[in-house]
Amino acid sequence: MVPLSWYLGLSALLFTIGAMGVFIKRNAITIFLCIELMLNAANLALVSLSSFFGDVDGQLFVFIVMTVAAAEAAVGLAIIISIFRNRESLNVDEVDTLKL
Amino acid sequence: MKHPLANIILAPLIGAALLGLFGKRMSERLIAWIACSTVAISTILSFYLFLQHREALELGERFHEYLFTWINVGNFRADFSLLLDSLSAIYILFVTFVAFWIHVFATGYMRGDKGYWRFFTYLNLFMFSMLTLVLADNFLLMFVGWEGVGLCSYLLIGFWFEKNSNNDAAKKAFVVNRIGDFGFAIGLLLLFLKSGSIFYFDDGARGIHGALSWAMEQSADPLASSAIFAGGITTIAVLLFVGATGKSAQIPLFVWLPDAMAGPTPVSALIHAATMVTAGVYMVSRASSIYVKAPTAMLIMAVIGAATALFAATIGLAQWDIKKVLAYSTISQLGYMFLACGVGAFSAGIFHVFTHAFFKALLFLGSGSVIIGMHHEQDLRRMGGLKKVMPVTFATMFVGWLAISGVPMFSGFFSKDEILYRSFVAQGLPGPWPKVLWFIGAVTALLTAVYMTRLMVLTFWGKERFGGSHSDVASHGSHDEDAHHAGPPRESPPSMVIPLVVLAVGAAFAGYLGIPEGLSRGKIPNYFEHFLEPSLAHRDTKEWTAYAPLSSAQTIKASVETAETRTAGDHGAEITLTVISSIIALSGIVLGWFWFSRKPLWEPPRLLEQKYYVDELYDAAVVQPIKVGSRDGLWRVIDVHVIDGAVNGAGHLASRMGTAISHLQSGLARSYVAFVVLGALLIIGYFVMK
Repeated sequence: MVPLSWYLGLSALLFTIGAMGVFIKRNAITIFLCIELMLNAANLALVSLSSFFGDVDGQLFVFIVMTVAAAEAAVGLAIIISIFRNRESLNVDEVDTLKL
Repeated sequence: MKHPLANIILAPLIGAALLGLFGKRMSERLIAWIACSTVAISTILSFYLFLQHREALELGERFHEYLFTWINVGNFRADFSLLLDSLSAIYILFVTFVAFWIHVFATGYMRGDKGYWRFFTYLNLFMFSMLTLVLADNFLLMFVGWEGVGLCSYLLIGFWFEKNSNNDAAKKAFVVNRIGDFGFAIGLLLLFLKSGSIFYFDDGARGIHGALSWAMEQSADPLASSAIFAGGITTIAVLLFVGATGKSAQIPLFVWLPDAMAGPTPVSALIHAATMVTAGVYMVSRASSIYVKAPTAMLIMAVIGAATALFAATIGLAQWDIKKVLAYSTISQLGYMFLACGVGAFSAGIFHVFTHAFFKALLFLGSGSVIIGMHHEQDLRRMGGLKKVMPVTFATMFVGWLAISGVPMFSGFFSKDEILYRSFVAQGLPGPWPKVLWFIGAVTALLTAVYMTRLMVLTFWGKERFGGSHSDVASHGSHDEDAHHAGPPRESPPSMVIPLVVLAVGAAFAGYLGIPEGLSRGKIPNYFEHFLEPSLAHRDTKEWTAYAPLSSAQTIKASVETAETRTAGDHGAEITLTVISSIIALSGIVLGWFWFSRKPLWEPPRLLEQKYYVDELYDAAVVQPIKVGSRDGLWRVIDVHVIDGAVNGAGHLASRMGTAISHLQSGLARSYVAFVVLGALLIIGYFVMK
């Protein structure tokens, strides 16, 4: 039986990797994947805590997060494709038209 | 019928709603039918109720009709409830009757006007407001009707709004009326403060103690100018009278009525002669229980009434516009009514309202018929000799002329005579006031006969002065440019002539309802007066003379005499005065006849023609200071610098702060992420550290 702290540690690690990825990467696809990583880190924490407390609520939340992530992926990829078509580039630092 | 009184006021309201909502798509015929039939319903109901309850009303019974509680806050209560007593019964009778025939007249007069439906919507709405005013059983509901008729008056004066001067006249009427209404409203507040009620009378079923019942329990105020500002019953009476001077065009607020003639002629007949302008007389008579306790207010009312009567009559002598002559005549006759109320003869005042409604509506409609027949010509200088071409209009206006001049046996004679007699023998007025008031009234009667003769002579007799130079005069009431084609004058259609005939019969015979008792030596009772008696308060002269500091021996003697009923000597005096006023009326007509048939275009003194420069005076004293103060003070200083300054300052502040903060927006998506993470860390940190 693997103790709870391991699961939570892995979840924190995955979340940190994802957050750092969002921070330092410029490629939109990579940032997008990092965000997915963060979401799934949260999912891991939810599932493990749900199992630990014997409460199904956490698992229900995971389903909601997955649904939202799927929807977000659809919208996000559509935006990325649209950006690429317009700019021939996926560098998020160049997307700054709204800057004052 | 469960609510007969409510139906009287609702019928015209339904008519107004129908015409207002769907009138635009209706044919003129349908509009005319709807407008006239709703008023006809009110008329028939009024007559039915009157005949059914005549004896009860005569005995002083009051019929309350409770519909719903309108306002009930703390100890303030106002109901939407109606009251039929002898005073309101008389009023609804002649208001609905005259209004019906004016509606019929208007269907012909307004033919072809593109605002046909709008006109009858307003006219029906006016009927609703006027009947609410008259039938209300509390002062607040009366005030609703009071404002309603003011609104309809405004809408109808400015009916032909394409012309700017009509709009100015409408605004003038509205604003001047507001000044009077301000006094009225304050008077009502004070009345409520003192009596704790705004209902007229007690109503046991609802547990109401009326304000007028309260007033009857009070002791009379002294006759002294200090009483006006004492905040007591005299103050209430004076403030209510201020309201009446606005609505009923008395000095100093009469200036709106002559300008109100910019409206279509049926409006002048209905609103600005027969009904709305007499609302002030109604209100004062309704509040007679208050006035009999306030001798100072009565004296003010009598003096203002007499002054207005004389003042307006002199102006009427010098006007060239046929409707302006009648307008000043109306102001003058309204002055008579207030003179009557001021000397305590409320029933004589109401009687004059009643007869005046017939003959003045007749004269206005007759002038409307002349104006239409002359293709929208209102200038007396361009008329003359119309007797032959407009025989019916001439014959009916002839009756109206005799009635208003006070020729014996016509309606105006009885009512005017009663007022003059009552002012001559008025009790409780100090010193020579009764004789002075009578003298002013008599001079006014002479002038009335003269200016009405002038109007008749210039219109119907003498040489024809129209044709030829017709087109160079801008006519005042032009609403339909197509109808302007010059042509020979012609008699009006039947829809206009029949109302004239009906009203002429009324103008001739309405006076027989109230023959002054003295004329028959007390044999025939004054029916009108007896009918009204239960609704009107009588002054308690004993109480008055005890307080009156200025009362002369003569007044005291007179007051002792009133303790008994009128004696044979009184009848003798009344007959003498009647003979005098008949002579005055006839000599006025003779004088006017000889003067104006010789010199029809006699130039009156400039001072009179220019109406004593009252408009110019008000303009200089009131309008210009307000305009200058508003423009240079309120606008250029307060608005531009203070208000705009504050608004613009707030805008600048927001814009500056925005500029300062906008530097955080780098355009780098990753820097935003950094902010988000930083913020999340701060919040988590806060909860962890706590």
